[in-house]
Amino acid sequence: MAGILVLAKIENGVPSRSTLELLGAAHRLATGLQEPVCAGLLGQGDAGVLYSYGVEIVYRMDHPLLKEYQADLHLRALEQIAQAAEPRVMLLSGDSMGRDLAARLAFRLQAGIVTDVIDIDVQASEKAPRFMRPAYGGKAIAVMAPRVVPIVATLKPRTFDMAASVGEGHGREVPVEAPLDPGQARTRLVERVQEETTGVKLEDARVVVSGGRGLGGPDGFSLLVELARVLKGAVGASRAATDAGWVPSSMQVGQTGKTVSPDLYIAVGISGATQHVAGISGAKTIVAINTDPESSIFKVAHLGIVGDYKTILPPLSAKCRELMGG
Amino acid sequence: MRIVVCLKQIIDPELPATQFRIDAESKRQQSDNHPLVISPYDENALELALKLKEQTGGHVTLLSVGQPSAVSALRKGLAMGADEAALITDPAIEGSDAFGVATALARGIEKLGHADLVLCGCESGDWADRIVGPILAETLHIPCVTFIARLEKHNGGFLAHRVVEDGYELWEVVPPVLLTILSDETNTPRYPKVKDIMAASRKSIPTWSGADLDLDASRIGKAAVRAEVQELTVPTQESRCQLLEGEPEEQVAMLVARLRERKVI
Ligand SMILES: Cc1cc2nc3c(=O)[nH]c(=O)nc-3n(C[C@H](O)[C@H](O)[C@H](O)COP(=O)(O)OP(=O)(O)OC[C@H]3O[C@@H](n4cnc5c(N)ncnc54)[C@H](O)[C@@H]3O)c2cc1C
Ligand SMILES: Nc1ncnc2c1ncn2[C@@H]1O[C@H](COP(=O)(O)O)[C@@H](O)[C@H]1O
Repeated sequence: MAGILVLAKIENGVPSRSTLELLGAAHRLATGLQEPVCAGLLGQGDAGVLYSYGVEIVYRMDHPLLKEYQADLHLRALEQIAQAAEPRVMLLSGDSMGRDLAARLAFRLQAGIVTDVIDIDVQASEKAPRFMRPAYGGKAIAVMAPRVVPIVATLKPRTFDMAASVGEGHGREVPVEAPLDPGQARTRLVERVQEETTGVKLEDARVVVSGGRGLGGPDGFSLLVELARVLKGAVGASRAATDAGWVPSSMQVGQTGKTVSPDLYIAVGISGATQHVAGISGAKTIVAINTDPESSIFKVAHLGIVGDYKTILPPLSAKCRELMGG
Repeated sequence: MRIVVCLKQIIDPELPATQFRIDAESKRQQSDNHPLVISPYDENALELALKLKEQTGGHVTLLSVGQPSAVSALRKGLAMGADEAALITDPAIEGSDAFGVATALARGIEKLGHADLVLCGCESGDWADRIVGPILAETLHIPCVTFIARLEKHNGGFLAHRVVEDGYELWEVVPPVLLTILSDETNTPRYPKVKDIMAASRKSIPTWSGADLDLDASRIGKAAVRAEVQELTVPTQESRCQLLEGEPEEQVAMLVARLRERKVI
C-alpha cells in the first residue's frame, strides 16, 4: 500500500475548494512519505484539472446512481476505488458527506481513522504520518499516530492551505468498475431543503455576523441580518441560538457546525465556549460585542465592545451603510 | 418497537477551559472530581426517543460502555423516561477506541435481542470522533444516517431530517436503522421529576462484562487501538483584545475606524 488518495470533487470544471485543501494536505504528506498523490473521482468531471495540481493517477468511477448522494452507494464506490488504489492514506473533507462516509469506509477497509484533522506531519525516522486534531471541545490538541495501514482521515474544512496549480500536469486515468445497483441503497432521499438568510454562503462569506443566547430571542437576529446585508456577509449562530430554534441548525458555527474563515467575524451575545471558537480559528479579525467583560470571547477577539448589542448594532449598521453606500 | 439509545458518560464538557488539566500518563483529561454528565447529544438522542415513544409507543433501552460510575448516567436516563438500561463494563474494555466500543455495543444489542432503532449522539462531548455510531451500524449490518435533528413517522418507516451545509435533507428510512442525533429545538432534554428520579434509583441495572457478551479480546482494549494518542497538549493563547471604550456612538466610530485600518470592511 502506498500513496495518498484524495476524494476529489470537480465543480464547474475546477476542483472544489475543499478538494484543493485536501490536495494541499496530500502534497505535504506525499513529500514526507515520498509517495504519489492520487485522486478518486466520482462522475464525469475533467480529470485533467487534477493533473495540474500534481495528481498522478485519477481513479474514476462513473455511474448514474452516483449523481445524487446516497451513503450505501457512495460507500460501495469508495470501497472499490480504495481497493484499486491501495493507498496508505485516504483523505476526505470533513463536510456533511465526508463525515457521513469516513467511519464506515474505514470499517470496510479495516483501516484506522482520524477525524477533524487540523494539521499533519510525517515523522522522518519512521516515515509515518501523524494527524493533529482538537480534543475535549478544543481545550486540547491531540497528536494521533496510526498503528495500522491504511488510514482514513477527514480534514476540518477551511483549515489547510489550498494546493497551488503546477501548470500543465501529466497524469493518467484508471477507470474503476462500478458494481452498483439500486437495490443496494437502504435509504432514500425524499427532499432537499435550502435555508439561507442573506444569499451569501456562510462558509464562503468574507464577513460573518453571528448571534448567540445573548440576543435573547429570534427578533435580535434581524439586527444581525441587517448588518450582514450592509457588509455583504452572512449570518451565523452559536449552538445555544440554534437549539432555541431562533435560527436553523444549518447556521450553527463551531465544532459540530460549520468552520468559517472570513476576513471579519463579529460575535454578538456569544460567550466564546471552546466548542464555538473551534469553528472560527481561521477568521482574520474577530470582533466581540458582549455585556460581560469577563466573557471568554474577549480572550479570542481582536477588538471588543463591552455593551448591549441593542445599543451597538443599530449605529454600527448605520455607520457602515454610510461608508458602503448600501 | 425497540429503541436503543447509546449513552456515554463524560466529564462535563462545558466546564471552563481554566479548569481543564491533562493527565500525562493516560493522555486524557484529569477527572479532578469534576461532575460527570451524559454526553450532550446522547441526551438529545434520548429525548427524541422518548418523544417518539410518547407518539407511537415503543420501548426505550439505554446502553453504555464505561466505568462502573456510568450507572449514574443510566439512572438519569431512566429518570427521564427510558424503560430499562444496561452497562457494559470491564477493565479489559478500558482504553478501547471507537471500534472496540462499537463492538461491545453491538454485542450488547444482540444480547438484548434486537433493535428497530439505534440512536447515538452525532459526536461525543469529549473526543467528538463521530465514529462509534456509523461503525456500530456497520457491525450490526444496518443502514445509518448521520446528523439527524428530527424524525417523523412516514410510510411504515420514518422521515429523518439531516442537517447539511445549506439546509436539511429528508431521508426515508425503514427500521432497523441507526441514526446519529444532533440537537435542535425539538429535542431539548427534559428535566426528570423528583418522583421519577426516586423511581429510577430503585430500578436494577444489569452490568455485563466482556465474558457475558462473548467479546473477542483481540478487538477491545488498548492493544486493539488503530490510532494512538501520542501527545495531548493544551494550546496556549494570549489575549490580544483591544477593548473600545466610551459611549455606544464612540465605540462604534472606533470600531469602524479599526476595521477600516485592517481593511476588512
Ligand atoms: C459536543 C459539543 C459540541 C458543541 N458544538 C458547538 C458548536 O458547534 N457551536 C457552538 O456555538 N456551540 C457548541 N457547543 C456548545 C458550547 O459549549 C456553548 O454551550 C455554546 O456555544 C454557548 O452559546 P452562547 O455563547 O450563545 O451562549 P452563552 O454561553 O449563554 O453566552 C451568551 C452570552 O451573551 C452575553 N449577553 C447577554 N446579553 C447580552 C446583550 N444584551 N448584548 C450582548 N451580549 C449579551 C452574555 O454575557 C454571554 O457571554 C457544543 C458543546 C458540546 C458539548
Ligand atoms: N462508551 C460509550 N458507550 C455508549 N455509547 C457510546 C460510547 N462512546 C460513544 N458512544 C455513542 O457514540 C456517539 C458518538 O461518539 P464518538 O464516536 O466518540 O463521537 C456518542 O454520542 C454515543 O451515542
